[in-house]
Amino acid sequence: MTSIIRFQNVTKRFGALTVLDNFNFDVRQGEKVTLIGPSGSGKSTVLRILMTLEPFQEGQLELAGIGYHESHGRGDFKASDRHLHKIRSNVGMVFQSFNLFPHMTVLRNIVEAPVAVLKMKREEAESRAVELLRMVGLLDKKDQYPSQLSGGQQQRVAIARALAMRPRVLLFDEPTSALDPQLVGEVLGVIRNLAQEHDLTMLLVTHEMRFAREVSDRVCFFDKGRIVEQGEPDRFFTNPEQPRTREFLSSVLNG
Amino acid sequence: MMYGYEWDTSSALAFALSILPILGIGLLVTLQAAAVGYAIALVLGLVLALLRRSRYKAISWTVACFTEFVRDTPLLVQLFFLYYVLPDFGIVLPAFMTGALALGLQYSAYTSEVYRGGINAIQRGQWEAATALNLTRLQTYRDIVVPQMIPRIVPALGNYLVSMLKETPVLSVVTVLDMLALANMIGERTFDYLVPLSMVGLIFLPMVLICSALIHLVERALPKSGIPLR
Repeated sequence: MTSIIRFQNVTKRFGALTVLDNFNFDVRQGEKVTLIGPSGSGKSTVLRILMTLEPFQEGQLELAGIGYHESHGRGDFKASDRHLHKIRSNVGMVFQSFNLFPHMTVLRNIVEAPVAVLKMKREEAESRAVELLRMVGLLDKKDQYPSQLSGGQQQRVAIARALAMRPRVLLFDEPTSALDPQLVGEVLGVIRNLAQEHDLTMLLVTHEMRFAREVSDRVCFFDKGRIVEQGEPDRFFTNPEQPRTREFLSSVLNG
Repeated sequence: MMYGYEWDTSSALAFALSILPILGIGLLVTLQAAAVGYAIALVLGLVLALLRRSRYKAISWTVACFTEFVRDTPLLVQLFFLYYVLPDFGIVLPAFMTGALALGLQYSAYTSEVYRGGINAIQRGQWEAATALNLTRLQTYRDIVVPQMIPRIVPALGNYLVSMLKETPVLSVVTVLDMLALANMIGERTFDYLVPLSMVGLIFLPMVLICSALIHLVERALPKSGIPLR
């Protein structure tokens, strides 16, 4: 079984604070993995490193066979812009705060990167964007601006925007944490549908435990920069082995 | 007589009206100097702001020192320096160009701070989304940062336009024949300074008011979320 993501002894520090310490983590192609754990446990950092939003200091990381650090790479990322560009072409990200571009219509938000980065023809990019909007149920909003949409709608657009770049790996960083409770369902619905895509690898940081159990192939519990326990969701949630996991689960499920 | 116009000193009003065409010629020079200077300030300021964000410390530091130096020394000193010292290095510019350049340089230091503030005010999430979509730095600035920045910086940039317009009379000290220089010359010849100098002030007042009003209009017309891209 081939891994699409491979962290080998990755160490990540913010100044004196070590966020990931000799971190090892493999994800196979098409796998849907949920990362849970208390805040500050390093789960979001894993996604942000994968998206090249954060550098890491030691160890090796590969995505789709491409190593993050270059042998003679300079700067924080130890890689050239060109190399980072290549890495990013395989991965997309959905953010907690959506981060849609406020001065662009919904359609333009989705079309922007395929035209600018993939050099796709505008008409082609637009027809694909229309398809994606239909998929997330927001075709009627295509000419509106993000501020005219609800949070749930904005996040669905953000998912469509990420998908428009055809990533092999899609990262979700607490996609429903900034939403009003009644809007969470529509976003989870879209992610649930995406999880049916066989080839798409998904990493999801979330506090929605029931959802994690339902969509993921594997759940990883993070604490203090390491994976304390991981496993197939039914087993993980019904019979956690580690005391720390049990403690965390009981606090979030009953709290 | 100046530029073929005779003045009529029979009464203050007649005098004022008779020198109006002469001052008009100076006004043109004033407006041109402000326009050229402002264009330099807008472009050079942006370049400075971007260089200041360079990841190469040598560049960002040099630019930081340069802008700080220009900002913290008087315009008049810079003007004299450009006018009297540059020729020693074989660079001889016409008085008008020297003046416009001095204005542009000084104000580029101000506008670069405005741009810098505007860029810094772009939310981190916008940069991160641009990275996640694999946009290049140039594309990010062009499509994401600049359109969102413009509505926020127009008020400050507009203030500097007004302020520069009011400072153009300093160019008269390096022989640029702007309104003030001409008014002075009229005064020298007629021994009446009151009328020509008052006229200069009276011409500036509505000009600055109109300019402020226009900026205000532009400011209100721009959507707060950025220049729309469809």
